[in-house]
Amino acid sequence: MHNENVALTVNGRRHALDLDPRVTLLDALRENLGMTGTKKGCDQGQCGACTVIVNGQRINSCLTLAVMHAGDEITTIEGLEEDGNLHPMQAAFVRHDGLQCGYCTPGQICSAVALLAEHKAGWPSYATADVATAPVLTDGEIAERMSGNVCRCSAYSNIVSAIRDVAEGGRI
Amino acid sequence: MKPFRYERAGSLASACASATEPTAKFIAGGTNLLDLMKLQIETPTHLVDIGPLPLAEIEESAEGGLRIGARVTNSALAADMRVRRRYPVLSQAILAGASAQLRNKATTGGNLLQRTRCSYFYDTTKPCNKRMPGSGCAALGGLNRMNAVIGVSSDCIAAHGSDMAVAMAALDARVETVAADGVTRTIPIDALYRPPGNTPHIETVLAPGELIQSVVLPPPPPGQQLYRKVRDRASFAFALVSVAVVVTREDDRVRAARVAFGGISYKPWRSAEAEAALIGATVTRASFDAAGRAALRDARGYGYNDFKIPLARRTLRAALADATGVI
Ligand SMILES: Cc1cc2nc3c(=O)[nH]c(=O)nc-3n(C[C@H](O)[C@H](O)[C@H](O)COP(=O)(O)OP(=O)(O)OC[C@H]3O[C@@H](n4cnc5c(N)ncnc54)[C@H](O)[C@@H]3O)c2cc1C
Ligand code: SF4
Ligand code: FES
Ligand code: FES
Repeated sequence: MHNENVALTVNGRRHALDLDPRVTLLDALRENLGMTGTKKGCDQGQCGACTVIVNGQRINSCLTLAVMHAGDEITTIEGLEEDGNLHPMQAAFVRHDGLQCGYCTPGQICSAVALLAEHKAGWPSYATADVATAPVLTDGEIAERMSGNVCRCSAYSNIVSAIRDVAEGGRI
Repeated sequence: MKPFRYERAGSLASACASATEPTAKFIAGGTNLLDLMKLQIETPTHLVDIGPLPLAEIEESAEGGLRIGARVTNSALAADMRVRRRYPVLSQAILAGASAQLRNKATTGGNLLQRTRCSYFYDTTKPCNKRMPGSGCAALGGLNRMNAVIGVSSDCIAAHGSDMAVAMAALDARVETVAADGVTRTIPIDALYRPPGNTPHIETVLAPGELIQSVVLPPPPPGQQLYRKVRDRASFAFALVSVAVVVTREDDRVRAARVAFGGISYKPWRSAEAEAALIGATVTRASFDAAGRAALRDARGYGYNDFKIPLARRTLRAALADATGVI
């Protein structure tokens, strides 16, 4: 079995890698690129700690191979800040105390950023009573849409407040 | 994970040709296959990535339905306005499954072909006829709470995990495939899955290298559509039992009904028995219960999953009551 050449574009920077095709996107980010912001929790798609944004959509980086992402635009927690300022979602997590140990937080924040884009695009969720309508982002909608991110410290209620704050475009 | 050769599919024909080797596999979203490869439950020596193939469109079909490309993601399908307006039960079912992150990767073809979540299938220290033919079935006398209650065999009582497929079964979806020799065929979704019998490791009628190209939905059936899922937590858990219904009410009678269950069999379980019991029946909880009893007449529990039989009946009753406006 031989390695594959793959160019990954992470947070706008292109990295040429020579990878065993078994390497997941998560391991490529952490082990090959040294970007340890993205966390490994379960490695099975069950916890969301490894959430990154690929071509605008949140995915579990543990259940995809790095070689499947040549040419994709990958955004990790390290890429959210703008000119040294926290991304509004990062700032809101700090303001609302949306974390305790912090291990799930990079995944939560990437997930939350993508959630707002999905909601803006009018996507329904399981919490949407009539799937043919564009839903209002209630706390119930936020909780359902964040169910792929588990928090061992159970910071859930403050996570929901942080997301609502950013969705409403203001501070509380 | 065992080593494998990775290939990006160049064309439909080359993808099918490459995947005819018995140890080759297609990979789409990878959310089920890679999970199983990490545990060495799946050990392909060759992966054919169908990502580059042009199968990611949802199109109107000539008969007035929709043709869904096999690579359309679960998210894109659930969010498509045509699906939300004309096939809401399908949007609801997809949104009831997995998490937003998984649905962004999971594909239409991969979702249909996902393998069981039977915990002994995942536990490589235990006997499992599906994982290792002839080794026995640890679930039969084991913790079989998540397992099936109808249509299965004494060699395997695994349940199929898909929510999407349950809605598709109620909608009479058809699966379109192409094989390495270029031959195409259309398989009703109900005929895609093989009963476990004494060969539970053979799960579908697909031949090696046969690729799902698309899933066709016939024009939407008249009536109220609804998906109801019962699970151990409010979100992000597989179904204990689920049900998809399409029901038309005329005055106080049921004029037409379609019923499919999830979580109770090796495939999405369309129930002709429940449907027959409902046609012409009064729109009451008592007749919904009778339909549930008809659906589960041949069901049997294996101990820890006995509860699924009354739960399936009650879930059907609740879904029909909701869909017909019975209080
Ligand atoms: C934590 C977790 C929770 C989940 N919860 C749910 C849930 O509640 N409800 C639910 O329904 N699902 C659930 N899922 C399962 C999820 O829906 C499936 O993993 C997903 O749909 C599989 O799609 P994929 O494209 O990633 O498939 P892959 O993993 O890429 O492929 C799966 C199988 O299909 C084959 N295949 C893929 N595409 C084709 C094709 N076009 N033609 C022929 N063969 C093909 C592959 O060879 C492989 O054998 C969950 C998964 C995880 C990890
Ligand atoms: S039910 Fe099927 S999958 Fe589960 S242990 Fe038995 S043989 Fe294996
Ligand atoms: S590490 Fe990927 S979901 Fe848990
Ligand atoms: S903050 Fe500790 S796991 Fe979420």
